[in-house]
Amino acid sequence: MSVLVYIEQAEGKFKKSGFEAVSYAKAIADAQATNLTAISIGNVGEAELKELGKYGASKVLNVSSDQLKSFVNQAYASVITEAAQKENADIIVLSNSFSGKGLSPRIAVKLKAGLVDGAVELPQTEGGKFLVKKNAFSGKAFAVTELTSANKIIALNPNAFGLKENPVEATIENFSPEIKSTDLAAIVKEIVRATDKVSLPDAELVVSGGRGLKGPENWGMIEELASLLGAATACSKPVSDADWRPHSEHVGQTGIAISPNLYIAIGISGAIQHLAGVSSSKVIVVINKDPEAPFFKVADYGIVGDAFEVVPKLIEALKAHKG
Amino acid sequence: MKILVCISNVPDTTTKITFTNDNTQFNTSGVQFIVNPYDEIALSRAIELCEGGKGTVTVINVGDSSTDPTIRKALAIGADDAVRINALPRDAYFTAYQIAEYAKTADFDLILCGRESIDYNGAQVAAMIGEFLDIPSVSIIKKLDYDGATATLEREIEGGKEVVSIHGKFIASCAEGVAEAKIPNMRGIMSARTKPLQVVEAADIPEVAKVVKFETPAPRSAVKLVPAEEAAKLIDLLHQEAKVI
Ligand SMILES: Cc1cc2nc3c(=O)[nH]c(=O)nc-3n(C[C@H](O)[C@H](O)[C@H](O)COP(=O)(O)OP(=O)(O)OC[C@H]3O[C@@H](n4cnc5c(N)ncnc54)[C@H](O)[C@@H]3O)c2cc1C
Ligand SMILES: Nc1ncnc2c1ncn2[C@@H]1O[C@H](COP(=O)(O)O)[C@@H](O)[C@H]1O
Repeated sequence: MSVLVYIEQAEGKFKKSGFEAVSYAKAIADAQATNLTAISIGNVGEAELKELGKYGASKVLNVSSDQLKSFVNQAYASVITEAAQKENADIIVLSNSFSGKGLSPRIAVKLKAGLVDGAVELPQTEGGKFLVKKNAFSGKAFAVTELTSANKIIALNPNAFGLKENPVEATIENFSPEIKSTDLAAIVKEIVRATDKVSLPDAELVVSGGRGLKGPENWGMIEELASLLGAATACSKPVSDADWRPHSEHVGQTGIAISPNLYIAIGISGAIQHLAGVSSSKVIVVINKDPEAPFFKVADYGIVGDAFEVVPKLIEALKAHKG
Repeated sequence: MKILVCISNVPDTTTKITFTNDNTQFNTSGVQFIVNPYDEIALSRAIELCEGGKGTVTVINVGDSSTDPTIRKALAIGADDAVRINALPRDAYFTAYQIAEYAKTADFDLILCGRESIDYNGAQVAAMIGEFLDIPSVSIIKKLDYDGATATLEREIEGGKEVVSIHGKFIASCAEGVAEAKIPNMRGIMSARTKPLQVVEAADIPEVAKVVKFETPAPRSAVKLVPAEEAAKLIDLLHQEAKVI
């Protein structure tokens, strides 16, 4: 019995959601009075691997191979499964990221394991049951899921658990499992990443604009507000449908679901399908000129007013606040 | 080419979500069920790829007979035939197993799913089918070009995209961008009634996960309004009271 956590990396750096997964896995290992092992795949340097110790990983398996430089879910699933068997791990934790979603189900099948995708809390283990709460119905509800299999996999939602420091000295062990060529059938040709921006699913703060902004030419103030806050930008569906903003920024039922600490909705009415993707944000601010806009019903703070007057004032206030 | 599209039967996106039986069951009373919106996208792309006699599209659903109207809708959109595995979909593992078992009996070149079902939001089924069949799976694709043998796909990643190429059989789960969802026309609706719908019994396998209880999010307290003229105050509130900036 032990816990294994997989930490995603991009260009040799672990993601914040990965450190969150380690924090979460450490809390599970402590509750189960068992060991935690972390696994990293790809070319990650020693200093970065040591960082995992900060969140409680005392042992780190380092899989460094040119074949595994870019993410191929089939191969990664085989490697993680082999590591789980070697470490006698019956609980595997990873991030519910875009890549995680392609990875965890394959590991689940290999280990005949029940899988909770999108966990939002630590497991409850009273009465001998293993219960994990997850998002369901596009953020409109939670489903408490019981994992009844011997092996269990939990994919943690980004920003749901946070970072918890638990410093230990991490011992790094190189691990080089055999990789089948059939596991490398999908070939990554190209990765396009907008590196200068905060990535939306991982963002703690998000500034979002809707049709009330009238046109793409008015996004300058949204970008400025976001950059002052260190926030990611998002938008409603009609905005991306009209190509005012890229589809990757579209949040909601048919876009991505996010749960940042702060979501600022500007000129968005708050349709049920939009709320589905953002209602688990910790604090919601709504700026809308219509006092009857449904979004105000789920907001913590609101300003009834014209975005073109309010947003510049916020930008000014933020500049003053930052000194 | 032969394409299999997996469709799930889900509550309409405007449904108010409530539960019965001590919050253990989703309350289906008065709920309109639809083809999962992402599966419509997958189906629409499959139909485009097969246009002009280049292939056939089969849709598959794991469900009891109450899902037949949803399957007929998929046939009306343009699938050639349908299969229903006669069982309530217990968990993603069970659902994926049934679909994989069926896929082994017929020689599909490509299997498409939606990115996730909008009820349980698992995003699990596609990659599980891939593993059961030991073929590549690509989750959450935004673009799919396929000539019957080689495919180029674009997959969403945090803050960007990845271009993937695959030769041979594979499965992918589709998100927005892959195709515009097609709307059934009158001819489609008429012909859907007579298109073949085969019902197959499910295989029994052990359960690995089950939902024991649903919860609804705690209601938020009333909104605190800041007058528009004093917008600057909002920054102070977010800093000092909410402590998020
Ligand atoms: C199956 C389905 C799935 C969907 N999925 C999604 C989804 O994932 N995400 C999503 O966002 N939508 C989704 N929708 C669409 C959704 O129903 C709404 O149509 C959409 O969210 C509305 O976008 P909006 O709020 O930007 O625009 P509108 O509804 O047009 O609202 C604009 C708002 O801006 C305000 N406004 C106007 N001018 C100003 C100003 N100068 N200053 C301040 N405020 C101003 C108005 O009062 C209004 O409230 C879906 C719909 C369906 C049917
Ligand atoms: N009961 C089902 N029958 C057929 N396909 C399904 C079923 N459930 C899920 N799927 C497919 O798997 C995708 C992902 O679903 P899920 O893993 O439940 O989020 C859906 O978009 C469908 O394509």
